[in-house]
Amino acid sequence: MSHGHDSEQVGHVVPLWLLFGVFFALIVLTALTVWTATHLQLGAFNIWLALIIASVKATLVALFFMHLIWDKPYNGIVLAGAFMFVILFLGISLMDTAENMPDMYEGPAPAVATE
Amino acid sequence: MSKKNSSDGAGHAEHPKWMQHHFDTPSQQFASSKMGMWLFLATEVLLFAGLFCAYTVYRANHMEMFIFGHQFLDVKWGAINTCVLLFSSLTAAWSVRAAQLGQKGLMILLLFLTMACGGGFMAIKYVEYSHKIHDGLLWGTKYKPTGHAAELIHGEAAHGAGDAGGAHGTVDAGHAEADAAAAIETAHGEEAADDAHAADGADAMETSAHAPELPANVLALDAAERSSTQPAAIGPRGMVPVSDTEHAEAGGHHWEGPIPDNVHIFFGIYFGMTGLHGIHVLIGMIILGWLIYRALKNDFSPEYFTPVDLGVLYWHLVDLIWIFLFPLLYLIG
Repeated sequence: MSHGHDSEQVGHVVPLWLLFGVFFALIVLTALTVWTATHLQLGAFNIWLALIIASVKATLVALFFMHLIWDKPYNGIVLAGAFMFVILFLGISLMDTAENMPDMYEGPAPAVATE
Repeated sequence: MSKKNSSDGAGHAEHPKWMQHHFDTPSQQFASSKMGMWLFLATEVLLFAGLFCAYTVYRANHMEMFIFGHQFLDVKWGAINTCVLLFSSLTAAWSVRAAQLGQKGLMILLLFLTMACGGGFMAIKYVEYSHKIHDGLLWGTKYKPTGHAAELIHGEAAHGAGDAGGAHGTVDAGHAEADAAAAIETAHGEEAADDAHAADGADAMETSAHAPELPANVLALDAAERSSTQPAAIGPRGMVPVSDTEHAEAGGHHWEGPIPDNVHIFFGIYFGMTGLHGIHVLIGMIILGWLIYRALKNDFSPEYFTPVDLGVLYWHLVDLIWIFLFPLLYLIG
């Protein structure tokens, strides 16, 4: 079929082989995520590895399926900005909760009066 | 295509019926529409970020409830759901390509396939949810494990969570200090029964759930000892030495160690996140259905396929969110 030709309104047309290639890459990455989660014991790093693989998958979907790589840069900046604010949100919340963690009790607060 | 002058009050320069008056060219309109859609998608990302923050904070503070709770989630179904959504993203992106190339039949077929994948996703979600509902693994106060799940938690044949004494002390049932705890519970229960306002057992269970009574082993500690013991070691059930905990084998699961008290929060987070995501999948399916309807009416062409592009962008966002949800909920080590 036709390749990435440009015209005034149609814009960039994604080549079919690229769509399928990205899809297969995503499936492979999904299998990799499941495998590393079930077969690798990296302790606290497991979640980070899973998030890194998820970020790679998300980047593939955003760049190719959502057409960002051929779009005006502004759209990509909007999405990247949203993710940066999410990281800021989670990061500062984590910092705050880590600060208070040693003082936290598990479960309901223990009763003060002795029985 | 004649240029439309916005200050031209009389007459109506010719332009396609889908073009708005305040735009100069169709491509300007298309670019503006896309920008607006991306700004909306950014707000959707931040919407889910709120729930991800709840997940993050609770996981940082109570890792044990995630480790315990996640074993009730089936990785197989989660992985299948991920692949279903990835395939639906492929068909959605392909349908935009088909719209650009004027391949109307192919576009409609692909949009329909995308919708079908969304339906498949919801069907698998339904299977997962019905298992949880059947096992009583719900959010917050509705968390009353029964049957299969209860076998894992209680370590013995479960009688369900109907009886007042049993429901509150279920976690203790297998523990050595159950006797002391039960004694305190029945004492409280009797006190509540004596009270005219709390006659039935359900009330006694609720009052005892809100007023934390401490098991004997914690009360046995003096104040200095209690304050120097690491808080995480003392829960409302008191300190549970690992060696005294019963192992549970049910359905291939083997659990060692104290059973956390806060598993109902994990399920609250699970249902909140997957539920909101499921609502978004349903909304996406409705949007795709509307796109199919418009496509059948011949509204789209290589010159104008903006609604297809924007609707598919929404679907890709739904897929993006699930890409992050899947490892965080299902693949906890």
